Amino acid sequence: MTSVLEGRPSAPPDPMRPVPYRVERLRQETRDTWTLELEPVGGAPLRYRAGQFTMLDAFGVGEVPISISGDPTRPGPLEHTIRDVGAVTHALVSAREGEVLGVRGPFGTTWDVTDGQGGDVVLVAGGIGLAPLRPALLELLAHRDRYGRVVLLYGARTPEDILFGEELRTWARDLGVAVDVTVDNGQHAWRGKVGLVTQLVPRAGFDARHTLALVCGPEVMMRYVAQALVDRGVPADRVRLSMERSMKCGIGLCGHCQLRELFVCVDGPVLSYDRLAPLLTCREL
Amino acid sequence: MDRHAQVIDVDGLQLLIEVLASRGYTVMGPTVRDGAVVVAPVAGVADLPRGLRDEQDAAHYRLVPRDDDAFFGHAAAVQGAKPVLFPADQLLWRARRSEDGFRLDASDDDDAAPVALLGARSCDLAAVDIHDEVLLRRRFSDAHYAQRRAGTFVVAVTCGDPAGTCFCASTGTGPRPGAGFDLLLTELLEPVHRFLVEVGSVRGAEVLAEVPAAPAGPGDLAAADDVVVRATGRMGRVLETEGLRDVLYAAAESPHWDDVASRCLACTSCTLVCPTCFCTSVEDVADLTGDVAERHRVWDSCFSKDFAYIHGGSLRGETRSRYRQWITHKLAAWQDQFGMLGCVGCGRCITWCPAAIDITAEAAALRAATPLVTTGEGARR
Repeated sequence: MTSVLEGRPSAPPDPMRPVPYRVERLRQETRDTWTLELEPVGGAPLRYRAGQFTMLDAFGVGEVPISISGDPTRPGPLEHTIRDVGAVTHALVSAREGEVLGVRGPFGTTWDVTDGQGGDVVLVAGGIGLAPLRPALLELLAHRDRYGRVVLLYGARTPEDILFGEELRTWARDLGVAVDVTVDNGQHAWRGKVGLVTQLVPRAGFDARHTLALVCGPEVMMRYVAQALVDRGVPADRVRLSMERSMKCGIGLCGHCQLRELFVCVDGPVLSYDRLAPLLTCREL
Repeated sequence: MDRHAQVIDVDGLQLLIEVLASRGYTVMGPTVRDGAVVVAPVAGVADLPRGLRDEQDAAHYRLVPRDDDAFFGHAAAVQGAKPVLFPADQLLWRARRSEDGFRLDASDDDDAAPVALLGARSCDLAAVDIHDEVLLRRRFSDAHYAQRRAGTFVVAVTCGDPAGTCFCASTGTGPRPGAGFDLLLTELLEPVHRFLVEVGSVRGAEVLAEVPAAPAGPGDLAAADDVVVRATGRMGRVLETEGLRDVLYAAAESPHWDDVASRCLACTSCTLVCPTCFCTSVEDVADLTGDVAERHRVWDSCFSKDFAYIHGGSLRGETRSRYRQWITHKLAAWQDQFGMLGCVGCGRCITWCPAAIDITAEAAALRAATPLVTTGEGARR
């Protein structure tokens, strides 16, 4: 008699197993935010598209979803810009150069910036939300001539919290990006704008009816920004938001990231506002 | 319809269990523990709950004697196949610290003996089919579930005596299993105790070939069909499924959620006994030296405050939001996600809710309180 133990299928590759990546460099961006540059240990570089995220793993501490902040158009280290806010993010930004971290992914939907070709593109970022938008902007800049006006509206908490400060200047000065920055709280020598990023939308220079808008920040900020964009005449299906939800798997299986019928990790994180609007107006949905 | 059915007696059932064991299966069937029918390893018919019926109602469960010797005269066991195929704690990987970080141990195939599920009910098999859809038939699949599922042998049983909390006739998932079994038993008590056996797979036929069986006669088939008809008419509860998705989406801001929340303890009991609830979390454990770390996938519940936690707080801080998430996912969003209801009508969430909250009653109350406007949004596929 044959035993059922013979001929059992061997386990297929498990998407829950992290792949080892070595920390090549750690750049401090602000007082609480670092960018990690990672290289695969012995494997091929990760291919990803702007807007996607990975599950980043600190050995023995845990795993969190982090958007990729690097340049998708050119080879280089895998970059994530991480704010130190919890146990896992603290372990990640405390990693030493040469240390090995785990990576799963890339997961999720993409900004699809090429949909904006031939028109204007507006990127609106709040706080650390600039990090997931950076790959989209770098992709735009790789083919700058294919787009009309490119506008970056960025709100930070204080002047000290402004991310990618040098790059913001370069983008504005040399690369044809209209950069407008505001802070919630600007003391000391700050001579720029103070106020919510939402307030930058009505007066920014773009042709609303021919605009693709990409928005990333706290959910309440995105809701008001998306509404301000729609009020100016940007079609709701041309406004894209990158949603944040609790994620334990990144592959649609754990259920944590559900927003009614959406699994934000696989149906998102980038979703268009026409789809999201009815879900964002309901408290605690 | 020619069902190629055969008939075995009680000795045949004993032999069936032994044949499965000799083929390397751990036979998991209904057995009595702590005054309830649970699914656990069984070595023979002596381990089955003979001559017992379960009284089930909201927050109520009692085993009472039957006036016959039926082995399967009870309704759904406390839990279905979920703990067997999708354990509450699954090791995902183990890793060891190395000079420059850590190294994952090779993934060890789960070498535990495969399982034969004995006495699985139609609701349980419908739930397994839902888990197949959720965990196997999408872009990413659950490797551990896939392995366990492929090795599992199913001996299903037609439900003959549904409980007061049962409503599988409403959800179209019972009482007679339509598919998903290797063998299907229908227990017949008169004039002699016997089982009609129908074959659902090649390996089912191979196993049955080792058990003395007689071809079923027209009387056996008619008696088995009668079991289904009587069971269908004795469902304790009803769930109106027509338009349920639109009702629940339209009810998102209903004041009824406050009413449910005033009773719901957010204890997670319903999600633990639900055979379709699949939400999980991961837990990392490291040994005292910090050199060996493991990640486990564990059952989680949308009723936990931490479930929807992101930096800054829980996105569903209130019980009303969590109950709404649970029932809306189960009865509405599931249809958009997977093209099917997430409820199989087993009634376990009703029986095991310490506050006697009844999904069929809450759905009916929401329907009554919600003027249905055709929203049109939210539809997918």
